[in-house]
Amino acid sequence: MWIRAYSSLWMLASVSLIIYMGHLYIWAMVVIIQIFMASELFNLLRRANQDKRLPKIKLLNWHFFFTAMLYVYGRILSQHLVNTVISDKFFFRLVSILIKYQMAICYFLYIAGFVWFILSLKKRYYKYQFGQYAWTHMILIVVFTQSAFTVANIFEGIFWFIFPASLIAMNDVAAYFFGFFFGKTPLIKLSPKKTWEGFIGASVATMIAAFTFANFLGRFQWLTCPRKDLSTGWLQCDPDPIFQPESIPLPALISHWLSWKEIAVLPVQWHALCMGLFASIIAPFGGFFASGFKRAFKIKDFGDSIPGHGGFTDRMDCQMVMAVFVYIYHQSFVAAQDYSVEMFLNQIMRNLHSEEQLVLYKKLGQILQERHFIQS
Amino acid sequence: MQKDTSTTAPSTTSGRIRHRKRSNEVIPEVSKANGTQLLVNDKSKYKSMLIRAYSSIWMIGGFILVIYMGHLYITAMVVVIQIFMAKELFNLLRKSHEDRQLPGFRLLNWHFFFTAMLFVYGRILSPRLVNTVTSDMVLYRLVSSLIKYHTVICYSLYISGFMWFILTLKKKMYKYQFGQYAWTHMILIVVFGQSSFTVASIFEGIFWFLLPATLIVINDIAAYFFGFFFGRTPLIKLSPKKTWEGFIGASVTTIISAFVLADIMGHSKWLTCPRKDLSTGWLHCDPGPLFKPESYSLPGWISHWFPWKEISVLPVQWHALCLGLFASIIAPFGGFFASGFKRAFKIKDFGDSIPGHGGITDRMDCQMVMAVFAYIYHQSFVVPQSLSVEMILDQILINLTFDEQEALYWRLGEILQQGIQRKS
Repeated sequence: MWIRAYSSLWMLASVSLIIYMGHLYIWAMVVIIQIFMASELFNLLRRANQDKRLPKIKLLNWHFFFTAMLYVYGRILSQHLVNTVISDKFFFRLVSILIKYQMAICYFLYIAGFVWFILSLKKRYYKYQFGQYAWTHMILIVVFTQSAFTVANIFEGIFWFIFPASLIAMNDVAAYFFGFFFGKTPLIKLSPKKTWEGFIGASVATMIAAFTFANFLGRFQWLTCPRKDLSTGWLQCDPDPIFQPESIPLPALISHWLSWKEIAVLPVQWHALCMGLFASIIAPFGGFFASGFKRAFKIKDFGDSIPGHGGFTDRMDCQMVMAVFVYIYHQSFVAAQDYSVEMFLNQIMRNLHSEEQLVLYKKLGQILQERHFIQS
Repeated sequence: MQKDTSTTAPSTTSGRIRHRKRSNEVIPEVSKANGTQLLVNDKSKYKSMLIRAYSSIWMIGGFILVIYMGHLYITAMVVVIQIFMAKELFNLLRKSHEDRQLPGFRLLNWHFFFTAMLFVYGRILSPRLVNTVTSDMVLYRLVSSLIKYHTVICYSLYISGFMWFILTLKKKMYKYQFGQYAWTHMILIVVFGQSSFTVASIFEGIFWFLLPATLIVINDIAAYFFGFFFGRTPLIKLSPKKTWEGFIGASVTTIISAFVLADIMGHSKWLTCPRKDLSTGWLHCDPGPLFKPESYSLPGWISHWFPWKEISVLPVQWHALCLGLFASIIAPFGGFFASGFKRAFKIKDFGDSIPGHGGITDRMDCQMVMAVFAYIYHQSFVVPQSLSVEMILDQILINLTFDEQEALYWRLGEILQQGIQRKS
């Protein structure tokens, strides 16, 4: 347990440092973690004797990795990149062209890899090579989907990255300690060390922690402001309405006992409760999936980079499920409130030329006229 | 050839393979006895050609009928083809005796299939759906809220499938179940990736679906006939029946026919107009600069030989040349991939729905690669900048209420007028 605690502290310290340094560095950290995860997973089902006769397979894997990275980060960060170079005319043109043809470039890189794969098929190794090809695709999809969503979360505001990640960590730690002291009933055959006592205790602890921690984190502008470009300096912004405290009067019986008549609650704390619920009930299934996978293919750990914990993938398994959920939750329930007449007017003024604005105006007019005509 | 199979393959599977081989493998045994598998030396090639020709004509006939009926029916055809392909592929690597111990597993596959269909088609067709119901208030509200929470709905369905999978893991079947899970994902990605692009291309204008599909068919048929008559040099070890003569002859034919077909198809409004909603009636639209003929004066020596002084070329014909080039050089790799796959897993065909051709996946393997290319090519090189107008307009219609849309309209009008007044 002490080895685990020691390496946990180190990881915690370095993550805190990077958070302090900013969005761009967090992104770099995510990319590095990804490279290590992909490396671990690529190596996992490779069989050494067959690989000696197929020298280029490793290179092909990294080619697909690079293509996926270009595609995913190109899509997420293209608007941010544009905003960064918006003042320099030459770079702006270059970046705009790259973004326009980004999809075509990534597609051609992929097709080149596809053709390379087919031309490198060797007579007795077909099954192995196809298996490796499928395995590569699955790895890249798993690794890049969640990291894409993680990076998108980061640029919406570090809060949306650090809060879910810490919830998962808290859930893990709480489950460990509750299981250590109270664990009796096994939870699931896949992970024999997990117990119902640990699960329930951790769930309750996580929900409470979610509610209070969101209050604490929501007060920092560094964490709550979205980053619209790729700069690294300090951020100023108008805090989003969900980070502005609202006073909620407490029901009478509590205000009799304690001296507070009302408490200040950030609206984001209600969202935090939902995230805490997901983190304690559903995210552990990511861990079960990884356990089942290791059991199926008879491996002890995904790697051995972190003493006491195993490889990177072992630490990231629940985080991956959480990151995807947070992004989708944010897009559907948090950010969606932003749509307004103002926002669209701004978009139209910013992104379209005057002729295009006229075209939009006329088309919208037609649609509205048709609607009036049919309704009246 | 079956001596070095993996030890996990039970006898029932190889029995099934042997049976399939028996029904389809009768004819080429003769050519194997000759020592070479080239089509030129195949003595009974005429019989197999007739079977193939007969089913090809039926397929082409059915296809033309659906094209005539319109965008929505073509989409329906694509969906039906997809379901059959997924079914073939799901069945492929399943092992029957292990499956009997996992009763809910097939249902899980179809759950993921349904989720993928909802996600993919929801994304592509949502702007069109909004435009269809834009006049009716109740339906509009319902559709808008469905679209707003569309991602969440699909995500919840996926996560419930994920949890269901984990809860059904059975002690000694872990490896088989994980393999099936990965296989399901790969199938769904392959099938839905290309079909989503196909449907998106259809609604941009049937031309962008019909031309690439036709080019692949022409390439296939031309390669078959060139190989039939002239094929000598084998092309690639993966597909022993393919020859360099067939490949090169088909490439030239495809590129020429791309140029000509684009001209013919480009004159039909039914094929070139994009469809903005889900209606099925006739389409009227401004064809766009791509489909308006431009005249090129021919160089002196050609106009001496022929009486034409200039030819009219639709700009889209140059794009068609690129499509033809891809269809003849790169799309066949889709076929090689499928051949290699079948060889790796020792199966003769993906299915046997179509006599003479195998299963539906056998026909669609090159089409899939082409459909993705056609869509990406269209988005990158053909579509003008007015895409952003469409995107913003779609967003406005989806996300704002009727009153907000009117408010936006009036305010935009004021701003534009101020701009005009400032300029004059």
